[in-house]
Amino acid sequence: MEAKQTLDARGLNCPLPILRTKKSLVAMQSGETLKVLSTDPGSLKDISSFCSQTGNELLSSQQQGKDYEFFIRKA
Amino acid sequence: MNIAEMQHLEKQTGVMPTDLASLDAWLDKKLDEKLAQRKAARTPSLAIIATKGTMDMAYPPFILASTAAALGWDASVFFTFYGLELLKKDLQIKVSPLGNPAMPMKMPFGPDWLQHLNINVPNFVAGNMPGFESFATAMMEQTTKTKGVPSILELREICVESGVKLVACQMTVDLFNYRKEEFMPEISEWIGATSYLANAKDADICLFV
Repeated sequence: MEAKQTLDARGLNCPLPILRTKKSLVAMQSGETLKVLSTDPGSLKDISSFCSQTGNELLSSQQQGKDYEFFIRKA
Repeated sequence: MNIAEMQHLEKQTGVMPTDLASLDAWLDKKLDEKLAQRKAARTPSLAIIATKGTMDMAYPPFILASTAAALGWDASVFFTFYGLELLKKDLQIKVSPLGNPAMPMKMPFGPDWLQHLNINVPNFVAGNMPGFESFATAMMEQTTKTKGVPSILELREICVESGVKLVACQMTVDLFNYRKEEFMPEISEWIGATSYLANAKDADICLFV
């Protein structure tokens, strides 16, 4: 999947992955896709909850080894 | 007349049904729609009362408030009593296992077995050994750094940037002989209990930390 921008939140713990995701999305245009990489196991549920509450669309979320990879389309 | 028929009638004629039973059902349906609309349009809000000034108790208000702001909520934190320490320009907060028996004392570095070992520190050591509080604080700071948890200062900056309202208690300043110049300029207002309760009254979530 293609992303306009990538956020590397690996090594960061709650609540930083969410706070950084929000910060990245603010600077982007509606409809653009953000790729987020993280290692915090909590981010799996948190990112999905963040998206459902903010109206941004979680296109995919998957685990690759120790990393989690998310694609979010800005509302 | 059932709801489907009513909706059909409403679409066709644009008017409300006239018999009482249908009108009742029609109003219920309209009310549900309206309430759902209002709920969707409403911005949720969080109000936290922070009363503690130690490092361990500084995390919950700043984490919850910054996360709420990231979700697009209105968030405010009322700092009162020792909580006011968290708004000092020169942030000097500490943590101690003394009188804090649930606090794990674990090494932030070293071999894996050591990092998992809980080192029981007797109260007379924690209380009497000079510099023990600073040592425990340094250990906790190192732990948060290793685990990728932000520092309190970092979280506080994020709160300011993301529009969390940091509200300070006026009475505490007088009580503890603080000077307002000692506190960060980003404080949105200095108020008392009455004003904060008025703010918190309509919050969806209100927490006391």
